[in-house]
Amino acid sequence: MPYRFWVAMLAPTLALAQSLPPQTETRIANLENAVKSAQSAGDNSWMLISAALVLMMTGPGLALFYGGLVRRKNVLGTMMHSFGLMCVVTVLWAIVGYSLAFAEGSVFLGDLRYLFLNGVGAAPNADYAATIPQQTFMIYQLMFAIITPALISGAFAERMKFSAMLLFTVLWMFIVYFPLAHMVWGKGGFLNAFSNGKVPCFDFAGGTVVHISSGVSALMCALYLGKRRGYLVEPMKPHNLVISVIGACLLWVGWFGFNAGSAVAASGLATSAFVATHFGAAAAALGWILAEWMRTGKPSVLGAISGAVAGLVAITPASGFVQPFPALLIGFAAGVICYFMVTLVKAKFGYDDSLDAFGVHGAGGTVGALLTGVFATNLINDGYKDSAGKLLPLGWIDGNPGQVLNQLIGVAIAWGLAIVGTLIILKVCDAITGLRVDKEAEIEGLDLSQHGEEGYFFEA
Amino acid sequence: MKKIEAIIQPFKLEPVKEALKNIGIDGMTITEVRGHGRQKGHKEVYRGQEYNVDLLPKMKIELVVTDARLNEVVKTLTEAARTGKIGDGKVFIYDVAEAIRIRNDDRGETAL
Repeated sequence: MPYRFWVAMLAPTLALAQSLPPQTETRIANLENAVKSAQSAGDNSWMLISAALVLMMTGPGLALFYGGLVRRKNVLGTMMHSFGLMCVVTVLWAIVGYSLAFAEGSVFLGDLRYLFLNGVGAAPNADYAATIPQQTFMIYQLMFAIITPALISGAFAERMKFSAMLLFTVLWMFIVYFPLAHMVWGKGGFLNAFSNGKVPCFDFAGGTVVHISSGVSALMCALYLGKRRGYLVEPMKPHNLVISVIGACLLWVGWFGFNAGSAVAASGLATSAFVATHFGAAAAALGWILAEWMRTGKPSVLGAISGAVAGLVAITPASGFVQPFPALLIGFAAGVICYFMVTLVKAKFGYDDSLDAFGVHGAGGTVGALLTGVFATNLINDGYKDSAGKLLPLGWIDGNPGQVLNQLIGVAIAWGLAIVGTLIILKVCDAITGLRVDKEAEIEGLDLSQHGEEGYFFEA
Repeated sequence: MKKIEAIIQPFKLEPVKEALKNIGIDGMTITEVRGHGRQKGHKEVYRGQEYNVDLLPKMKIELVVTDARLNEVVKTLTEAARTGKIGDGKVFIYDVAEAIRIRNDDRGETAL
């Protein structure tokens, strides 16, 4: 807005410019540059903060959230899933990941023009963010690539070998994440509504790329690995819900960077996404505990924090497209639906999704992606236009019910890629490293068997 | 000499210690234990997964007293630990064959 304001102020001045002496023209040019530079400074500072916030979601956010939910003997092993991926994915991203996801290439995958971050520097890339250095965009997107495989670790927690986890993740990034990120967000991507995609899908901050892909892959891991030893026989209570609450709160705060940052500018759209994010989380926490209260008689703290995360997941694709009240509705729906996913549905099918990565991220992501097709409106997001520059209707409430079908196609592609890709990767890893720790190691716990340490040692 | 082993509610530890101190007993050993007698446990639910928790946290107090003081000490202890509700705990009394103070090899009641 300030930029437009200045342009409006300058317009009459510019009309006079021809009659002005060259000195004045230089001053006007300098002024224009100063305005541009001020906007860039504002946007860049918000995007660097957002990048840091999204990293905070994985460590310590997810590490604490998941770490508290496992048994005491696995707390370090579980936290190391998140922390390890902060490091592994970063290296992959620097070498080739960013290029495969965001370089222009085919409709399914980027080419190698940004290999080793070649040409990714201080100059903006106008295809993605015209006012910030491309390097800022690159590091911001890296944080998304880190949290996505970390979310999957909730499904294989307490029983997967560390070596297998590393190999699985590296392959998963290449086969599932980079292609999906390119299809949804990359220039010319198959599903990218803002880049002439064949099937225009609205996914503001990663409902399909991050949450459906990780949640559905998590289900595949849970099914392939099988149940934890002693599942439903031995007690597997969360060992420390206090750190889970801290983790969930850090996720909530970090999510402002995730969703509001996805505006890639310190703009009004960022504010709108910030508000929608917050509203979705709050309504979902209430939805979950209300459902729980009615069914079991007590509203639990674990229910409240799980609900908040489910709401944050569901509002992710919608956050930059919906008004505040639809955000409350989306959140509430996700809270209730995810509650039934992790209780009734999981019990009925009997899979051991240890920390409910599928029940929360797969289900919440799917609910959010579909409801985005219902509630997306160009009152919030004016980025979707026809070739003449006319605003197009976004979701059903804009009079475009067909968008729900587009969203469904996007969801189906994400599910399909996650199912097929993950099963192939699991087969490969199973053959190379083996997936599960052996019986003794599982009984002893991952902390000692995989890392040679204990999380808590109060006698020292 | 008699050994008194009392299992009490954790929140009753301080009142019991205070009452024993008032009658001149200040040596004892405390252990955090879990167990149950007639008291039923409770149900916990984590994301729909139910657990029945029947071993509840208790405090175990062990102390050895002279035969002469036994009744007085037990009476003081039980009165201080009592709430009148199920779960208050139990007291067990054992004969003690010998007591030795490690520092100077005192034996018998002088070692207490």
